[in-house]
Amino acid sequence: MQQGIKKFLIDQKSLIALVVLIIGVSTLNENFFTLNNIFNILQQTSVNAIIAVGMTLVILTSGIDLSVGSVFALTGAVAASIIGQDMNPFIAVIAGLALGACIGFGSGVIIAKGKLQAFIATLVMMLIIRGATQVYTQGSPIGLGMSDYAYMFEWIGFGRVFGIPMPIIIMAVVFIVAGYILKFTRLGRHIYAVGGNESATRLSGINVDRVKIIVYMISGLLCAIAAMIEVSRLSSAQPTAGMGYEMDAIAAVVLGGTSMAGGRGKIIGTLIGALILGFLNNGMNLLGVDAYYQMIVKGGVILLAVLIDNKTARA
Amino acid sequence: MKRSILKTAMVAALGIGLMGASAIAQEKIALVVSTLNNPFFVTLKDGAVDKAKELGYELVVLDSQNNPAKELANVEDILVKGTKVLLINPTDSDAVGNAVLAANKAGVPVITLDRASAKGEVVSHIASDNVAGGKAAGDFIVEKLGNEVKVIQLQGIVGTSASRERGDGFKQSQEANGFNIIAAQPADFDRAKGMNVMQNLLTANPNVEAVFAENDEMALGAVRAIRSAGKDNVLVVGFDGTDDAIKAVERGQMAATIAQQPELIGAKGVEAAELIIKGEVPEANIPVELKIITK
Repeated sequence: MQQGIKKFLIDQKSLIALVVLIIGVSTLNENFFTLNNIFNILQQTSVNAIIAVGMTLVILTSGIDLSVGSVFALTGAVAASIIGQDMNPFIAVIAGLALGACIGFGSGVIIAKGKLQAFIATLVMMLIIRGATQVYTQGSPIGLGMSDYAYMFEWIGFGRVFGIPMPIIIMAVVFIVAGYILKFTRLGRHIYAVGGNESATRLSGINVDRVKIIVYMISGLLCAIAAMIEVSRLSSAQPTAGMGYEMDAIAAVVLGGTSMAGGRGKIIGTLIGALILGFLNNGMNLLGVDAYYQMIVKGGVILLAVLIDNKTARA
Repeated sequence: MKRSILKTAMVAALGIGLMGASAIAQEKIALVVSTLNNPFFVTLKDGAVDKAKELGYELVVLDSQNNPAKELANVEDILVKGTKVLLINPTDSDAVGNAVLAANKAGVPVITLDRASAKGEVVSHIASDNVAGGKAAGDFIVEKLGNEVKVIQLQGIVGTSASRERGDGFKQSQEANGFNIIAAQPADFDRAKGMNVMQNLLTANPNVEAVFAENDEMALGAVRAIRSAGKDNVLVVGFDGTDDAIKAVERGQMAATIAQQPELIGAKGVEAAELIIKGEVPEANIPVELKIITK
């Protein structure tokens, strides 16, 4: 019970930081707190937030997934090339998502059955998949073309339902599903258990390998979903897409109060973490903060959050 | 709870502290630049900043960090903030399309710098001609060493427009002059990689007479490799005209560098933006000349 309250407080802290950030920038720039700009930020955040959901699950099992940026690039490129050949965008999306899940499955198997550290396994995967992306794209960006199918696909990035942009809706669905899985399903409890104490979990008869493989599969799948949004928003897939996205995702997870040691954290925290990064980027742009200083501020905010979380976690 | 107050206070302080000097009401121009992690684009930015100061405009600079998604986000942000003209140096010609469309939709005139946009309405495009530069490099090598020359080509990051275009121009020169490209490998525009790749290629091709590197960093790496292999008569041509390369040319280590003039690209961008603000129409294509720098 007390554990629950503590976790709740940690989440609240991120939320307070987010609210203060919003109020702070709003008072400094009148264009900031407009529906238009909020939609902007949420759309910009959606890609990182969705990848960060997968990263959260992986980190909860005390793993890490460094391959997210590469998986993001390859699945996006494959989907874009399918649409570029005037094929149904439905096929493209299914192919992209299936590929993402397969790569994640591969990482999971290497980690669970090969007994490799997640850091090493996904680092290797990052290189292999990045290489595969370069081979597949021949190093050049892949455009969607101008067919009707390309327009259909662009609905993912530009479509609106009840006035709400699709990327935001997709992000919301991903968070609700992930939150439900973590909170109400056996898989969710097993994820926390594996990260909390792996050997105890194993001894209590839970199939730890299966849990690990599933979380990396979900991570790969979510990278692919995020890739569909970005490819659609840009109307093209870049061979260099997603570089550094693993760091953004980890930053969102950490800002959201999830422990890097695993077993402790909440999906809503990750949403708040991703939003803090998104609002910070947008806010600094609106305030005209020098591009070089933006990185320092971002680093500083993450450092601050981790230091404070560390202290509260131990206290 | 105390800590959460501390945290929130510090975040707020960061925000307020970084507000900076946006006090005086000047006409605003925005420059979204592909990356500020590369001296070439930093010089381009500096050229624009200096010209904006001279003409009395407030220039807001945003860094896309070579990421088209970040670029789109930057453009969306700047459209919210408000700007008279958008100067954009795209990360990629295709991927910038929707960012340009967003500016079009918001009614903000767009000028592209260095790289073009495949989509949307652009008032003016300002760039040096990379294809012509690549061709000039090939022609220069032939002029020095004749049609039969055996050349190694060091390519930049595969897929980047600079690498593609310079390579295309070089190929055009090869087709026109008939010289031999005995090896072509990417070294990612990087000096250390340029050296390593050149070392390997030298071992495989000791008869090489000239090297064309698609940027100066790789050319300087190649110079290192050539000198440590004890070969003094290999002609090296780079691209960009960076300070280091110009020094190397003066010392006779490099034969030439095809220099772009990034500060001029930035400055001409702001000049074109001023024309738009004054209600005039700038040229649709503003070429910025390249110059071959030799000893």
